[in-house]
Amino acid sequence: MKRMAALLLAFLFAVDVVAKESDPPESIYQLDARLTDQSGNARGLDVYRDTRVLITMFYGSCQATCPLIIDTLRSTERGLSPEQRAKLRVLMISFDPERDTPRALAEIAATRRIDTTRWTLATADAETVRSIAALLDVQYRRLPSGEFSHTAVITVLSPGGEIEARSTKLGRADPELLEHLRR
Amino acid sequence: MMRASALLPVLLATFAAAAPGVTSASDRARVPGASFATILPPAPDAKVATVPAFELDRTPVTNAQFAAFVAANPRWRRDRVARVFADSAYLQHWSSATQPGRGTGNQPVTQVSWFAAKAYCEAQGARLPSWHEWEWVAAASATQRDARQDPAWRQTILDWYARPASSALPDVGTSEANVYGIRDVHGLVWEWVLDLGSMMVSGDNREQGDPDLAKFCGSGALSLEQKDNYAMLMRIATLSSMKATYTSKTMGFRCAAGPE
Repeated sequence: MKRMAALLLAFLFAVDVVAKESDPPESIYQLDARLTDQSGNARGLDVYRDTRVLITMFYGSCQATCPLIIDTLRSTERGLSPEQRAKLRVLMISFDPERDTPRALAEIAATRRIDTTRWTLATADAETVRSIAALLDVQYRRLPSGEFSHTAVITVLSPGGEIEARSTKLGRADPELLEHLRR
Repeated sequence: MMRASALLPVLLATFAAAAPGVTSASDRARVPGASFATILPPAPDAKVATVPAFELDRTPVTNAQFAAFVAANPRWRRDRVARVFADSAYLQHWSSATQPGRGTGNQPVTQVSWFAAKAYCEAQGARLPSWHEWEWVAAASATQRDARQDPAWRQTILDWYARPASSALPDVGTSEANVYGIRDVHGLVWEWVLDLGSMMVSGDNREQGDPDLAKFCGSGALSLEQKDNYAMLMRIATLSSMKATYTSKTMGFRCAAGPE
């Protein structure tokens, strides 16, 4: 029985090691991040592993630029062929774990008619948010008002979690980003 | 009393050498909460920063302490670290993947990325200090909590920044303690802060034609106050030029505890 347990343990350990080593060296999926999506499900940063994904950071109560981020993501999707679009996913991570609860995120998804079979809105604790922002080179600060000042960045991740391209253009789809996604 | 406080760092250093990496709460000094005029306004219309009471390591993290962390967390060895968390110079000055250079155990650890520093502090049940916490502690002299208007003290600090970096770093804990009993805030190494991604003054942002519209949500780029406070401006400039994966021969860190 002890032997069995030891074998099982060795097996589990080996699986763990293999899983980690399968990530490319530049994969941001190596961050041990715990996210919660708009349905309240626990997810990793690799919600859309094995698929190309547009990843961005935002906060739900933002009145000015953040609705524009969703518009820009949509515009980017519209610039692709149906086949290219079908293979692309979108992950939006909130800076604001206090107010962007799964329920609040679900409300944003409903209001903005977001297709949650292809898009995920997620929240994480403040420490995880810091690490994700650092990986994506997103600058942000929580203001005393509870608002966030932040850079708006849309990043393209490879199926393995490597940063392929990024854009800070808002409003319409960034032509350079589109060109990259069409390749 | 003077004797005892002068002996303390020696005792702590001895302790650290005997049991590297063991950091207990007593290695941290308590800093009472404060509101102060900051160089980095928390918002465009706010010039005062407020920090709640917190605890801060009395000295920067040493090579010996970081070696203990690496031994317990092999994913942070220089030969195993994911490139996405640290650049290729990470801990390259050590003798091996697990050993600092001989005789450097009590020197501050440098050539560590922000990700590595953050992970170290989290492993101690702590965190990196915020910029405002660090700035407030850096304002203290041996006798005053806010010595920033003291010309003599200011000159002492500027003299360090003007001094060329020597090849070997001194051990931690050899400089004069400030009013909290915290040492080496000035005069030893640059230090990572938790909100590195909040400096908002990088060249990239300034180059944007209209940062408010183009890149920022909520409010625009923050501007700096106290333009005559060169020592602090240099800190900010250095931090804002660093990405979280970067390492440098002069960038170390210390940990803080308490609510942010």
